[in-house]
Amino acid sequence: MSVFIIRRLLQALVVIFLMSLIVFAGINIVGDPVDLLISPEADQAEIEATIRRLGLDRPWHEQYGYFLLNAFKGDLGNSFIFAEPALKLILQRMPATLELAFAAMLIAVVFGIPLGMYAGLKPDSTTSKTIMAGSILGFSLPTFWVGLMLIMVFAVMLGWLPSTGRGDTTELLGIQVSFLTWDGIQHLILPAFNLALFKMSLVIRLARAGTKEVALQDYIKFARAKGLSSRRVVLVHVAKNIMIPVVTVLGLELGGVIAFAVVTETVFAWPGMGKLLIDSIQLLDRPVVVAYLLITVFMFILINLVVDILYSILDPRVRLKDVKA
Amino acid sequence: MSATTDHLAASALSSQARVETPFRRFVSDFFESKVATGACVMLSVIIFIALFAPLISPQNPYDLAVVDVMNARLEPGEQSWSGDLTFVLGSDGAGRDMLSAIFYGLRISLSVGVMSGIIAMIIGMVVGLMAAYFGGRTDTVIMRIVDLQLSFPAILIALVLIAILGKGVDKVIIALVTVQWAYYARTVRGSALVERRKEYIEAATCLALSHRRIVFRHLLPNCLPPMIVVGTLQTAHAISLEATLSFLGLGLPQTEPSLGLLIANGFEYMLSGKYWISFFPGIALLVTIVTINLVGDQLRDVLNPRLER
Amino acid sequence: MITPTLEVANLRTHFFTKNGVVKAVDGISFKVDEGEVLGLVGESGSGKTVTGFSIIGLVDPPGEVVDGGILFHGRNLVELPDEEMRDLRGSKIAMIFQDPMMTLNPVLRIDTQMVEAVRAHKNVSRDSAYQRARETLVAVGIASPDERLKAYPHQFSGGMRQRVAIAIALLNEPDLIIADEPTTALDVTIQAQILFEAQKLCRRTGTAMIWITHDLTVVAGLADRICVMYAGRDVEHGSVDEVLDTPLHPYTYGLIGSVPSRNRRGRPLHQIPGMTPSLLNLPPGCAFRDRCPRATEVCMEQPPLAPHGPGRTARCFHPHVNGDKSRRAEMEAESK
Repeated sequence: MSVFIIRRLLQALVVIFLMSLIVFAGINIVGDPVDLLISPEADQAEIEATIRRLGLDRPWHEQYGYFLLNAFKGDLGNSFIFAEPALKLILQRMPATLELAFAAMLIAVVFGIPLGMYAGLKPDSTTSKTIMAGSILGFSLPTFWVGLMLIMVFAVMLGWLPSTGRGDTTELLGIQVSFLTWDGIQHLILPAFNLALFKMSLVIRLARAGTKEVALQDYIKFARAKGLSSRRVVLVHVAKNIMIPVVTVLGLELGGVIAFAVVTETVFAWPGMGKLLIDSIQLLDRPVVVAYLLITVFMFILINLVVDILYSILDPRVRLKDVKA
Repeated sequence: MSATTDHLAASALSSQARVETPFRRFVSDFFESKVATGACVMLSVIIFIALFAPLISPQNPYDLAVVDVMNARLEPGEQSWSGDLTFVLGSDGAGRDMLSAIFYGLRISLSVGVMSGIIAMIIGMVVGLMAAYFGGRTDTVIMRIVDLQLSFPAILIALVLIAILGKGVDKVIIALVTVQWAYYARTVRGSALVERRKEYIEAATCLALSHRRIVFRHLLPNCLPPMIVVGTLQTAHAISLEATLSFLGLGLPQTEPSLGLLIANGFEYMLSGKYWISFFPGIALLVTIVTINLVGDQLRDVLNPRLER
Repeated sequence: MITPTLEVANLRTHFFTKNGVVKAVDGISFKVDEGEVLGLVGESGSGKTVTGFSIIGLVDPPGEVVDGGILFHGRNLVELPDEEMRDLRGSKIAMIFQDPMMTLNPVLRIDTQMVEAVRAHKNVSRDSAYQRARETLVAVGIASPDERLKAYPHQFSGGMRQRVAIAIALLNEPDLIIADEPTTALDVTIQAQILFEAQKLCRRTGTAMIWITHDLTVVAGLADRICVMYAGRDVEHGSVDEVLDTPLHPYTYGLIGSVPSRNRRGRPLHQIPGMTPSLLNLPPGCAFRDRCPRATEVCMEQPPLAPHGPGRTARCFHPHVNGDKSRRAEMEAESK
């Protein structure tokens, strides 16, 4: 098991190295990094100071070294707008985005898996057909428009839930979170549901396809032949088997959820890093965009790593194969 | 099994002239599903509207001589103050007829989606065929790039590109193409790898045909069915993505308002209860995407290519 | 007279598919006494497995038991409520499946799969269920059971998995075991071991067994009596020796002729012409008549199950009854 984890860690490091190269190349190919990373309003002295600090006057391989070094030190340049380190700005807003993303994942799983399993077990029932039609809709509905409609119905017309913002937050382990106050939860419901909708459709499809396939397997019939209750057959024998693809895909999709939070955050004025990204793009605050990119890449790689490890825990066959190899 | 036999028997009986060609077979299979038939009809209607928007719209919503601020924010069904036009779906903040705006928006959304889809398909096809045909290191390098790109969400890549390139129709199309080409490349490579091992390619190689001829005249036509499916589904995806970008204010400019931009423009009015400015363009967008997806799903079932989604 | 462990009377199980009704089992009767092994023989698609599933109550839609009775110790299982049927499954009636690679859940450890089978029927502690699992594994000849219990199915060979499946079937000391071709997927040597173990267990515990197979050589050494199935019906009943030595039904006759034998080396194997008919819209009359060398006009009607001596029945108008040439003589005549 530990061999497996170490190998995956090494792979992740290689990918991070590669990605840093790509981002670096991207900055240099697309434009002059001096333009990209230094505010157009800076005066000549300031420009020269920054060029020296970021090592932009050196040959490219040295520049890359500086880039890596600075990235390791957490210096990804200062925001033109806020005059603060870009990294700090993003890290400040990250908890809000992560909270939203995890809430969305939770909703997707909690509703998606049971609905999908039901549709898989009784594929011909009207309820199942309704569920599947709903999931097609969930796939096709543009996230931002659903967000608008949610605001219109639940905030404007019914007045049940607040339309924008994050509401009261409490500090948990040094991080501001919403889900511990009632006001915070109220603010969280709509955006989280909005963000969850697409993934929920995906989970429903995965769970249904998995259930349909697993339900036909001999081992399910054998489990029933053992006289197990249908509850145990479904909740243990079927569920544990469909968890493998669902967890894998969901894990990989977490990155997508964080990226898509950009849209939801904009609609609901949720103060996360996605909203920061959009604002920065519109205000041409490039250091923040670069920093966002690097952090997201890093998060993606981390997520992939965790998913791989989780996968091996869930599926004993993978674990064994990898240790042997 | 027996359905196929019956089917064959029936078509053999009906007339000798009507031969069961693969195309006929495909058409009859496709329209077996009522949902897909409905979607196909709907899609034709949408394409018709997009093509002939200037002819069938009640007004030209971007002709400043026609649009009158006096008609701003009228509810669906209200008449213009001069009484010569009924706003079936209401009017927006500038007094434009929403129905006309939606027709024009549909035209823009569809053309951006289809155009980016075609360009991405061509690029993806060439790259994917190269990977499959030459194999070895070419294949490894290309597929690594494809995998790496596909591991990032489309929206993120598009946002970053827009951030670097700036706004504009051409930039949006570039972003959409960049997001999509990898799907095509992967699909075409997958089917080309299967086809490549078949004997007709070997035969063509033995005839000492040029690489180009083998790839484009022999390999490519056999890889087309999955491409059609991916193309349909990707176009829906591209339309949705373009709408999202426009909504975020990073897509098409105000002078060429796609459905996404119409929805974004209505956002501010929504909080005061004027739902129609955002609602109807959204419905148009939704119907477009759902129909394309339904047609694509049915195409996939009928053509049954080896596709993973 | 004692009640048999199981008595199946005129069982019909049909599948209502989109293309029509598939009469997978269309009238079959047999009984199995305590400690007896019944060989249920037939080609694939003859309805053997569906018969097994009907008995244990696991026929899934669109399939349905439409007629007949399944009397288990005199209780009709067809009319039993779901919950009582569930309780019988795995405790009084157990089933072993064909492919050992597929019958164990790949993501659950062996101990989980065994302990749950015990605890589904007996209100015992996890520990005592575990002990029971351990004992049973030892009983089917698995060494180092503790280690094995902690393992996942993929760490086992096919023969080992089938032993585990048999152990699971035996956990609650059932009165009846339905074994659905449990040795078909195994090597011949492993097959012999499993057969030996199965026979030993039946003799020792008095468990009745239905051994479903298409392989006559397997039943020859194992079963006490044989029921031959063809196209969803039972076509011949009798003791092993009687059926194998003097088959009555032309189908059984052909089946035996198609088994390679040392005594007929070098001569062409006999084969039954044609294919098993589709069970969808089976025409009336004897289902075997298209393949039968003895078929006549009268075979357009369904032959009844006719008695031919004690415990001997056959569903044929033209059986190979005594007075006919013996099977071997006819074979030899054919090959000349």
